[in-house]
Amino acid sequence: MGTPLIELAGIRKSYGVGTEVEVEVLHGIDLVLHAGEFAALIGPSGSGKSTLLNLIGLLEPPTDGSYTITGQSTGALADDELTALRGNAIGFVFQFHHLLPAFTATENVLLPRLIAVGPPTPAQREGARDLLRDVGLGDRLDYLPRKLSGGQQQRVAIARALALGSPLVLADEPTGNLDTHAADDIFALMRKFNRERGTAFLIVTHDPRLAQRCDRIIDLVDGRIASDRANVAAVVAAEARPPG
Amino acid sequence: MPFEWVVALRFLREGRFQTALIVGGVAAGVAVFIFITALVNGLQANTIRRTLGTQAHIVVRPTEEMAQVQRPTPPGNTAMPKVEARAQRLRSIDQWEPLEAELARTPGVVDVSPMVSGPGFAVRGDASKSIAIIGIDPIRYNRIVSIGDKLVGGEFRVQPGEAVLGRDLALDLGIGVGDRVRLITANDEVVTGDTFTVTGIVDLGVRDMNRRTVYVGLRTGQSLLQLPGGVSQLDLTVTDLFDAESIAKQLAAKTGLTVESWMQTNAQLLAAINAQTITTRMIRLFVVVIVVLGIASVLVVSVVQKRREIGILRAMGAPRAKVRRVFLLQGAMVALFGSLLGCALAATMIAVFLKLARNADGTPLFDLVIGPELFVIATVGAIVCGVLAAVAPAQRAAALDPAQAIRM
Repeated sequence: MGTPLIELAGIRKSYGVGTEVEVEVLHGIDLVLHAGEFAALIGPSGSGKSTLLNLIGLLEPPTDGSYTITGQSTGALADDELTALRGNAIGFVFQFHHLLPAFTATENVLLPRLIAVGPPTPAQREGARDLLRDVGLGDRLDYLPRKLSGGQQQRVAIARALALGSPLVLADEPTGNLDTHAADDIFALMRKFNRERGTAFLIVTHDPRLAQRCDRIIDLVDGRIASDRANVAAVVAAEARPPG
Repeated sequence: MPFEWVVALRFLREGRFQTALIVGGVAAGVAVFIFITALVNGLQANTIRRTLGTQAHIVVRPTEEMAQVQRPTPPGNTAMPKVEARAQRLRSIDQWEPLEAELARTPGVVDVSPMVSGPGFAVRGDASKSIAIIGIDPIRYNRIVSIGDKLVGGEFRVQPGEAVLGRDLALDLGIGVGDRVRLITANDEVVTGDTFTVTGIVDLGVRDMNRRTVYVGLRTGQSLLQLPGGVSQLDLTVTDLFDAESIAKQLAAKTGLTVESWMQTNAQLLAAINAQTITTRMIRLFVVVIVVLGIASVLVVSVVQKRREIGILRAMGAPRAKVRRVFLLQGAMVALFGSLLGCALAATMIAVFLKLARNADGTPLFDLVIGPELFVIATVGAIVCGVLAAVAPAQRAAALDPAQAIRM
């Protein structure tokens, strides 16, 4: 196995701390994800999947426990440092696409760079367009999101998540809003980038069919990891099929 | 373009109707601000100019003579002398020539002009009119009240043997330019008089003055009024009209003479002008408050509408400070666009006003003087207000919890 990309140890998360309705959602999570992994995070509603994903995505701090990402311990970081780390290390894909409606497909893909670095050079602009061609949107480069179908918007979101070459993409129900056909396409696309670029994916999904196609399945029940297993069938299938 | 600018512009463009409304609101506010400022400034300048057209800004006169008890009260007695106020005779300012030089050197004073004035009669045939004889140096006097502009006939020339009359006096006596008039004065029961050629007729804007005023040369006046070499008052102009009172006080303390500013002699006018200024300030303040509240409320709504987008931007690595700047910039941009539009609107309103508000003879009612600085001040002020208005909404945007914002 490769180097640890993220490492969670004894992670707990409570909401409403200090009030009467304090409730603990995650009860001590230990989890290691390596570079280049392609893992599914499954579990029933209310099991804490989204919370765990937000913690890994540095969108919320844990109440207790230690979290290290790309070798950096996050416990003592200030908000701006966490934000910068998030921008560089993590790409997000959400269920409802969440593109910025006032920006074209290309501009949406360029946004992470605009935030982190500044105005793009023509070469970088072309890079973003290449990425969109890669996700099959070569003929929709300058469309506004509302002119794109759900599947197409999700492709833009994937391109955007990969725009800065982050080692990890967190996908929260990326296909939850799509029909089976579009869902398969999106899944295949993530798989493709995982193989080609070695980007690690952690995908929250309700769809057992899609989970079965991941290399690793983490099952979260009631805020605890109930099972965490390698999915041999998918690994074998992936190895049998040459990349591309 | 940096991230904040791109996003701010796109957000504004996206909320088209909202943006148009608030830009329109700012434009209306800025237009009212500029227009009312120009209007009131023009009105006040006009009123003051008309009032001071025939007055010096500051007048220096000899102090009034006081009656004094001559006999000392014997010790042990209490005396209650009855003192009558003295009749004030025409007197000259002591040592007025060095004083004049000193006045001219006083900071804030622009020009000084000596004048001798006193009562007399203008006689032609059987008609005799009571007049005020004013002896002046025409060139220097012109700097104080620009008398040349008030000529309605002839020219303002007061060589020995020449006089300039007020319009109504000339009418009363039935004389015109080139005619002769006899001026008489009486001092200590000695009647002196001489015959003068009328060289010019002036309209001083006030009938009472037009009926009484006769200008002669300074030396002629001195001999007519029997104040050889003396002057009865010194007229001053100052750089800033509204400094007149403080300069007058300072001069009174220094010279011990009676010094009066136009602000004292026209106290009612000044009170009216001050009330106008305060009213204008209040209106402008309310306009600013309304504009600020308008911008703030539109931006607050915009923050709520854009919660998810703000969340995404934060997830993609935009720090709080950048999100805050996006909204501060929107405030500034709305204010900038609004004030540019407002400046154009104000210029149009002023042009229309100048066209409509005219005297019966077709000349403008008064000048609306607006320098470019008023537009610059309004624009810069609007941008500052826009940024201030955006502070609270921007703070809310920056404080959004990204995880919650995205989940919405």
